[in-house]
Amino acid sequence: MPHSNTYKITFLVLILVLIATFFTNISLGSVSIPFKTVFGSLIGISDNYIIQNYRLPKALTAILVGSGLGISGLLMQTLFRNPLAGPFVLGISSGASLGVALVILGSGIFGGVFAAFLVFKWTIVVAASLGSFLVLLAILIVSARIRDTMAILIIGLMFGSITAAVVSVLSYFSSAELLQQYIFWGFGSLGNLSWNEVFIFFIIYSFGILLSILSIKGLNTLLLGENYAKSLGLNIKQSRFIIIIATSLLAGTITAFAGPIAFIGLAIPHITRQVFNTSNHKILLPAVFLFGAIIMLICDSIAQVPTSDYTLPINAITSLIGAPVVIWLLVRKRKMIF
Amino acid sequence: MNKTEQHIILKTESLSIGYKSKKTHSVIASNIQIELQKGELIGLVGANGIGKSTLLRTLTHMQPKLSGDVLLNEKPIANHSNLELAKVMSLVLTEPIASKNLSVFELVSLGRQPYTNWVGNLTTKDLEMVNHALNLTHIETLKHKKCFELSDGQLQKALISRALAQDTDLIILDEPTTHLDMYHKAYILKLLQKLVKETHKTILFSSHEIDLAIQLCDKMIVMTEDDVVSDSPCNLISKGTFEKLFPKDLISFDKKTGSFRVNK
Repeated sequence: MPHSNTYKITFLVLILVLIATFFTNISLGSVSIPFKTVFGSLIGISDNYIIQNYRLPKALTAILVGSGLGISGLLMQTLFRNPLAGPFVLGISSGASLGVALVILGSGIFGGVFAAFLVFKWTIVVAASLGSFLVLLAILIVSARIRDTMAILIIGLMFGSITAAVVSVLSYFSSAELLQQYIFWGFGSLGNLSWNEVFIFFIIYSFGILLSILSIKGLNTLLLGENYAKSLGLNIKQSRFIIIIATSLLAGTITAFAGPIAFIGLAIPHITRQVFNTSNHKILLPAVFLFGAIIMLICDSIAQVPTSDYTLPINAITSLIGAPVVIWLLVRKRKMIF
Repeated sequence: MNKTEQHIILKTESLSIGYKSKKTHSVIASNIQIELQKGELIGLVGANGIGKSTLLRTLTHMQPKLSGDVLLNEKPIANHSNLELAKVMSLVLTEPIASKNLSVFELVSLGRQPYTNWVGNLTTKDLEMVNHALNLTHIETLKHKKCFELSDGQLQKALISRALAQDTDLIILDEPTTHLDMYHKAYILKLLQKLVKETHKTILFSSHEIDLAIQLCDKMIVMTEDDVVSDSPCNLISKGTFEKLFPKDLISFDKKTGSFRVNK
């Protein structure tokens, strides 16, 4: 498709903004570190423990989370031809929440068997991954039998309702202490990952991104609708399968490592479409990557509440900052471009 | 016309169409024998609910047949892969395209998907084909417009353009004239006739514009309760096939003018 060149400048600007927000994000925090030290420890001249072991992995996590959620949102919106779709419509986050709820809340109800494992943060990561994987597996089995993509969407929402109900029941029987622990997980967090965890996160994330890139042509064809796409030689079932796997790899790992982060997945593709006036996923995919990363870094910088010791829940910030932006964009353009 | 020398693109052999469930077969039409030849404009007419869409869906392999066979270039349609089919047959459907945010150029470019690489890059040849398709339907000036900005007539032309860009011998259109005013109905069908003459493609369309189809088509397929007949419009008129199309209480066919009149 045309006009790839006209977007070059916009892409260049976005890359510069990403670099700027990355540095800003690392420079800000409860401990004030001079910019010289920040820059020095990034390129390896000087050593700064806070930068290298706390702020840098956190900034990288923010980039992975923002871009990953944005891209899985884009994939879902195209696959379901629905502007309200996000990475979590398939019940992926509900599955993760159920897994985590079973581990945290269940440990109180079912006795100390689980409690012994709680010392490891990995338990939560595994539980969240397993939860989203199981919900996804159920959806894939259903989608192999059902032709209608809309039906899969509804079934995903139903799975979400079921898991939410189970979480409610578990919460009802849990102690206040465990409940608080679960709620804290629900706030989302970017800053708790060690380098090892960031590395594993990155590997799974890369698989998701790779599958998304392989889906570009299929996604563009799906813009015409499934019957047209089939008449253009697209293997619908295979493309749908790859797109769903890519989304769940991205959304599943992100939820596992950073908690259920609201809003980004739904909003980023819309913000991107307002700036890049195209439907071509070859342009939208990298653009969503950049916007997702930039906005997540900004949200995280705000959540740090610069010059104070407080860290606000990232989940609240993404919605507080993101929702007004989307409303403003839509009101200004008076048109939902989709 | 010297039909023996002509190349048959699509042919059915005692085809039965309808819907299959586990226990029951509901047959909509059976023993359908049609032949579509290269460079023909064929109109498919019939009353509402008679099964025009079912026939088109079966011919385009969107729905399984009940029995018989559909041969595309002398090979059963089921033996074609999706991609092979996409290079022989392109479609214009009644369903709206999923994203109206596509520009006309993007829409028409998607017709090149069967030929492009894994990421869908357009080569110089693809661009030529796209521009040629835009020229054939006279919508070059609309190419940067978004689909939601187009009128129904313009959108139909863009969809036909997309099918042309797919570079297939056969184009099948499901009711391309619905939602259009009288002028644009004639315009679109006339355009199809022109495309058949200029490109020697075979174009099959279903329509309720029987009067226009009689004037423009090389061949017509008429679906009635009893059977599916295909012949040239003149022969069909003299055989009295059009009289059987509808119940006779309201309208009747006038052989002299080749059109339907309201009973007085």
